Amino acid sequence: MDQTKELQVKEKQEVAVPAEQTRPGLVFTPDVDIYETDREITLLADMPGVAASDVSIDLQDHVLTISGRVRPWEGPGESDVLVEFEIGKYYRQFTLSGAIDQDKIAAKLEDGVLRLTLVKAQHALPRQITVTAG
Amino acid sequence: MFTSRMIGFPSMGRRSPFAEMERMAKQMDLLSRAIFGRPEMRPFAAKVFPAINLTEDNEKYYVRAELPGISADAINLEVTGRNLAISGERVIPSEGENARYHRREREAGRFSRMIGLPGDVDAESVAAKLVDGLLTISIAKAASARPRQIAVN
Repeated sequence: MDQTKELQVKEKQEVAVPAEQTRPGLVFTPDVDIYETDREITLLADMPGVAASDVSIDLQDHVLTISGRVRPWEGPGESDVLVEFEIGKYYRQFTLSGAIDQDKIAAKLEDGVLRLTLVKAQHALPRQITVTAG
Repeated sequence: MFTSRMIGFPSMGRRSPFAEMERMAKQMDLLSRAIFGRPEMRPFAAKVFPAINLTEDNEKYYVRAELPGISADAINLEVTGRNLAISGERVIPSEGENARYHRREREAGRFSRMIGLPGDVDAESVAAKLVDGLLTISIAKAASARPRQIAVN
């Protein structure tokens, strides 16, 4: 039996205490999934409406900042009939726990989902310790 | 000196008779903003996924929805009369058994929504495109529903 659940509307979360932006407008927090494997940390962020050239990723002092700009998509003659979600840029910051190899960060934007792969630095890889019986 | 002492006093001094009313209206404004302005108190406009923005110009209706992570062939669109039906499913691929999740905020699942358009449409000319997770559907208005300029003699 197929138990796929129904998607529910989630209101877009505005950033709680935004630093002042140079351009006025709303700032939203994108939903992210973050998982880690032995070698790398992967971050997946939902940023619909953002083109690849409008994403900026910054890693400094263990703080990762992702932001995406959304270009206004309404034509000049359009007037609103029903507005259920607002448009604004996406911004989120994370503090990374371990060391990341900064030269090997890979980012891919597909269907509005940003996939960021951060490879752990060599000295941060887990080392297997064999336990000898005795 | 008599007048300068009296101006600060609430009910005295030369002020318009509506000053008292204006002050109460301003306080009521602040109060209602404190209650209704907070995000969790605003009534949700949409109860069904996806949230859409419906706009129009003279020729067409435009429906836009944010559908990240869904490919174009996973979305089903139908136009019947004045109703537009959008349905589909978002699948989040699993990342393997080694993945240890720190956060999991994105959701996957099915959605299905019927949107009633405000006027008659031409079902033959509906165009939809999905770019970067944003679905834009443009539907031409029926000829009878377009505004017609009337010249005034």
